[in-house]
Amino acid sequence: MTDFTLTARPSRARKLLSAIGLLRESPIAIIGLCLVLFWVLIAIFVGFLPLRDPLAQSAGDLLKPFFTPAPGGGYYWLGTDDRGRDILSRLFFGTRLVLFWSSLATIIAYSVGMLMGVTAGYRGGWWDEGLSFVGNVFLAFPQMVLFIVILSQLGPDSPAGHWLSGKGFSATWVKGVTIVLAVTFATAPQVARIVRGLVLDLKTRDYVSAAEVRGEGPLYIMLVELLPNARGPLIVDACLRLGYVTIAIAALGFLGLGLPPPDPDWGKMISEVRGFGAMAANAMIWPAIAISSLVLGLNLLADGLREIALRD
Amino acid sequence: MQAPTPILECRNVSISYFTRAGEVPAVYDFSLTVNAGEAVGIVGESGCGKSTVALAIMQYMGRNGAITQGEIKFLGRDMRKMSEEELREIRGSQIAMVYQEPMASLNPAMLIRDQLIEVPMVHEGIDAKAAEARAVEMLDAVRLPDPQRILNSYPHQLSGGQQQRVVIAMALLSKPKLLLLDEPTTALDVTVEAGVVELIRELAHKTGTAMIYISHNLGLILETCDRICVMYSGQSVELGTVDEVFNHMRHPYTHGLLQTLPLPTADRFSRPLVPIRGQLPLPRERPTGCTFGPRCDYFKAGSCDQPQAMLKVQSTTSHQVRCARFETIKWLEPPKPVETKPSVETGKVVLEVKDLRKYYNLSSGFGKPKRVVKANEKIDFVAHESETVAIVGESGCGKSTVARVLMGLDTATSGEVFINGNEIAKLPVKKRPAGLIANLQLVFQNPFETLNPSHTVGAQIGRTLKKLGVAKTQDEIEQRTGELLDLVKLPREFANRKPRQLSGGQKQRIGIARAFGGKAAVVVADEPVSALDVSVQAAITGLLTDIQRQHKTTIIFISHDLSVVRYLADRVVVMYLGQVMEQGTAQQVFAPPYHPYTEALLSAVPIADTSVVKKRIVLQGELPSPITPPTGCPFHTRCPRKIGPICEQQMPPVQVLGPGHTIMCHLSRAELAKMEPVFALKGKPALIETREKK
Amino acid sequence: MITIAARRLLSMALIMLVISVLLFVFFEGDKLNLAARVLGPYSPMEGRLSWLEHNGYNRPLVTRYFSWLFGFFTGDWKTSAQFSAPVYTFLLPRLKNTAILGSCVFVLTVIISLVLGVLAGISESSRRDRTITVLSVLTTSVPEFASATFLVAIFVFWLDWLPGSSSFSNGFSWQELILPVATLVIYNFGYYTRMTRASMAEVMSSQYIRTAILKGLPYRQVIMRHALRNALIAPFTVMILQLNYLLSGVVVTEVFFAYDGYGKALYDAAMFGDVYLILAGAMIAVVVAVVSQFISDVGYTRLNPRIRFQ
Repeated sequence: MTDFTLTARPSRARKLLSAIGLLRESPIAIIGLCLVLFWVLIAIFVGFLPLRDPLAQSAGDLLKPFFTPAPGGGYYWLGTDDRGRDILSRLFFGTRLVLFWSSLATIIAYSVGMLMGVTAGYRGGWWDEGLSFVGNVFLAFPQMVLFIVILSQLGPDSPAGHWLSGKGFSATWVKGVTIVLAVTFATAPQVARIVRGLVLDLKTRDYVSAAEVRGEGPLYIMLVELLPNARGPLIVDACLRLGYVTIAIAALGFLGLGLPPPDPDWGKMISEVRGFGAMAANAMIWPAIAISSLVLGLNLLADGLREIALRD
Repeated sequence: MQAPTPILECRNVSISYFTRAGEVPAVYDFSLTVNAGEAVGIVGESGCGKSTVALAIMQYMGRNGAITQGEIKFLGRDMRKMSEEELREIRGSQIAMVYQEPMASLNPAMLIRDQLIEVPMVHEGIDAKAAEARAVEMLDAVRLPDPQRILNSYPHQLSGGQQQRVVIAMALLSKPKLLLLDEPTTALDVTVEAGVVELIRELAHKTGTAMIYISHNLGLILETCDRICVMYSGQSVELGTVDEVFNHMRHPYTHGLLQTLPLPTADRFSRPLVPIRGQLPLPRERPTGCTFGPRCDYFKAGSCDQPQAMLKVQSTTSHQVRCARFETIKWLEPPKPVETKPSVETGKVVLEVKDLRKYYNLSSGFGKPKRVVKANEKIDFVAHESETVAIVGESGCGKSTVARVLMGLDTATSGEVFINGNEIAKLPVKKRPAGLIANLQLVFQNPFETLNPSHTVGAQIGRTLKKLGVAKTQDEIEQRTGELLDLVKLPREFANRKPRQLSGGQKQRIGIARAFGGKAAVVVADEPVSALDVSVQAAITGLLTDIQRQHKTTIIFISHDLSVVRYLADRVVVMYLGQVMEQGTAQQVFAPPYHPYTEALLSAVPIADTSVVKKRIVLQGELPSPITPPTGCPFHTRCPRKIGPICEQQMPPVQVLGPGHTIMCHLSRAELAKMEPVFALKGKPALIETREKK
Repeated sequence: MITIAARRLLSMALIMLVISVLLFVFFEGDKLNLAARVLGPYSPMEGRLSWLEHNGYNRPLVTRYFSWLFGFFTGDWKTSAQFSAPVYTFLLPRLKNTAILGSCVFVLTVIISLVLGVLAGISESSRRDRTITVLSVLTTSVPEFASATFLVAIFVFWLDWLPGSSSFSNGFSWQELILPVATLVIYNFGYYTRMTRASMAEVMSSQYIRTAILKGLPYRQVIMRHALRNALIAPFTVMILQLNYLLSGVVVTEVFFAYDGYGKALYDAAMFGDVYLILAGAMIAVVVAVVSQFISDVGYTRLNPRIRFQ
């Protein structure tokens, strides 16, 4: 029993501006948001920026360090890679790929995971046993093996890949879809587990009994009564997970399982130049910084949101 | 001769919390003196600052709290000037504390023995063996049998009452001079509470320890303390001996508080409870004058809108009050006369429960025999239109199970339940027709969880209306929602608010509105007021009776609080460990002959009325677990009127003592007739007058 | 206890069965490509087909599966197509390498995260806490290959203190271990530090710690005897789950440093389509995953008196 009440709860209108204004309470969230926004804006406006062609190779300017003057005026601001391509523009153009596929994969994985989790948690019984078993199968699968297996076997070279290309999807799309699939298989069970735990706790609340007592069906209860109340921890987890997924996709790129060349994939940008020893230091560092800053932004945002939610 | 130094002296203490949103004053201008051997009670509702005061005495207000003004002197030494090390020495050895939730206050990963012996080991430097001997002594003093078993247990292996006794033992181990008790019995069952309260009183007298007893329960304070301080919204408003404050109260809040308590003399028709209007002000919205002013019927501009100081009632006594008008207010001439309400006629039978049984199977792994919990066994009762039937009992008695079966959240193992002729005992709610669902609704116990925090209040009521088939179009829903809000006396704009913006009492009103939305014939109220403040309880119970009068609803009122039951109920069903011990009209049950359990229950309820004399019956032992109930009569392990082996071996017969009045007991009619009433008014040997049924 | 173990064992067996079937079926469609990779991209089709025939890849799927299953239990894990060596002899040294890497990382991570987490949790919102938290968040945001990049750039290219690749070409060498271990520890410790911190902070704000302080116990005793034993239960059980990750999840680091570990083996096998190697590898990984989960759960029940003593 607390002996004091904090300030009167202001009736917050649930508009986006107020939500952002809320973020002001946590400096960590602000920094995170700025970092994330930076990359998001880059992704949106990259076409309008005065950048070199990310695919243009230049045999005379291989592995140059940052701030190297370029032929025809201007500078290679961040240097060039092993084929003379401008790192800065590759990074910026690559943002779209990174953000798009990471977000898509996370959203889909999350949706599947939430449905699995809320069903397992609320329905219980065989639903729970069955879904948990399926989840455990995928969780027990070594994650990398899972990715690699799916990607190597469902890639553009495989029968499935050929089928999709036949339908008119480019190789990039095929790879992308398999990445999303792989991420979903690996991530949804983890999300399901978290949601299941939350739901198990929430379903003991009286308002769930109140809904049952007036005859609501399980689907209504799961979607309207339970899920919205799980959104606090889930939003925080979603930010973190977006970070993990981004790392995972970049890691796949690094291992050569990402999007096919010559699309600028951040992970691949590192693996491509690895063999060149010390000269490649510059070309490796910038993509590493790029991906670290994006994930850092997401993590800080998640942390800030968690702080704010706790203070509520 | 100079008076001995008081153990504790608080002078004009102000305490604030410093949050990101600024300074929140929790307590101000608080003064209190405690002398050796004295028991002082601090009484108030939630948010009045009483727990803050206790923690401030311990100088432990967390990172954000600080004493901004005044001084606290322990044995003459100013505590604010003490170093951390000095404070540490005092804590646990000179000032000790007992907390509200015993389970949470004990370390779940440490044996009781380790938690007990470290106190004298740290403060007195004795070795482990000597400390353990002392611990055993103390466990004996708090009347815990089998001390070795307790020492070797973890906290979760003990019952609530046992845990609290351990906490008390732990506090008294180093023989402190001052004992702080912060709502020590709130989390315990009534009969267990009575035992612990008795123990505290006895120990305090025996050891001469001064005591500060913090509670929201006026009755408890009356029974245990010598002096009392009433707090409201961070200030003490009245201070004096128990006799002075209860019999010669001078502050309108104290008076108002007593009027909201259902005492044995109260009766919902001729002397209805009078709730205190308005709400507790938030700390930042306190008025500049008397904090109680906005809610006070005796408010007078000019004197009451100035900051109030504590004034002495008479120069010779210690009685003080914070009210400028204390001399002029006359309690017998209230500005608004107290209205009486017409009593209600009960009608035909609406609900009939016959031989209801509900057993739960517990899974127990391979090889072990199946364990069965008999949550309800042979429950029979009847409820009429416009009647309030109360089901009373402590935890584990099965009353909530009855509610669940009635509502269809569970189905009965056997037996029948008829509502308006329809048999529903084995009909889960999924299979019930909409009309039936609308006719039988539930008000929940915990107002903080009864509403979905993610949706607005209006949306939730609206959904209920739609689902129960009461309103179909958007207009109909809006209108009916508005009507319901009127019914529970809330402004119609509340429909757009989210639950977090409402207080506990307001949330419960919405819960009631929701239950009555479908014009239910039977409403089951499962401990609807237990989680609310005392002054709010009165308003909610008043609301329920008003609605009942309007709609002729039958209310099944489930509670462990006998005083509320006594006030509200027409019929009473007393349950213990899944069985009905006694049932009858309120008159019949609350007057002798009683079932021994009913007798003990009645005696356990603290009464905040100095004119009532109460028989003291304290039950020994703990509430048995429903998984392993005793053989024979379930009550025999604690019954003070146990006859002998027959009580252990045979299930007692159900004796009919009067029309509709049954008792399940082995005692003979003659014995039962000899029972004396538990309550009597001082000076009057006879029973308390009960209202007459027309 | 025994019933739980039995159920887990059953569950594990089922999972292994399901996974093995899935993998088998999965790679079936690829066996022609497998032959192509073994014999080279310019090999003729007849050569590939006869290779398949010769190595038993053309038998009916079901027969092959059961033959493998039987072999699995009797110790015959078949031959790796990629390396033309028995799977068993190939995997074992890889396991050993990963075990070395894994145990170093595990020990360091546990020590660092417990110490930092406790220090942060005790003094919530203090400068020390903020620093540790920021450090943890920072390091978990930098993926393994990124931090590997930075470390290599500094210690190999710039300072030239350490070797850039760790393939143990000259036998075991401590120096070659440093960078991979450092990379993994840096990436790993942040998460567990924050878990420990959260657990510690929660315990420090609990009522029983308040009781301990108000009993007049010295601060040291409150932390060591009252707080730690409650706060460390959850982090400990979560850390055990690391083992699963350390076995097969460290692929990226292994590839980066050319460390011949288990994860790299699986990666190579998957890229190659080497069915029998993947199967054996996956089975071991599943066993490790389930066993570590089991140890973690059992550990939790034994450490938490509320569950251990009903």
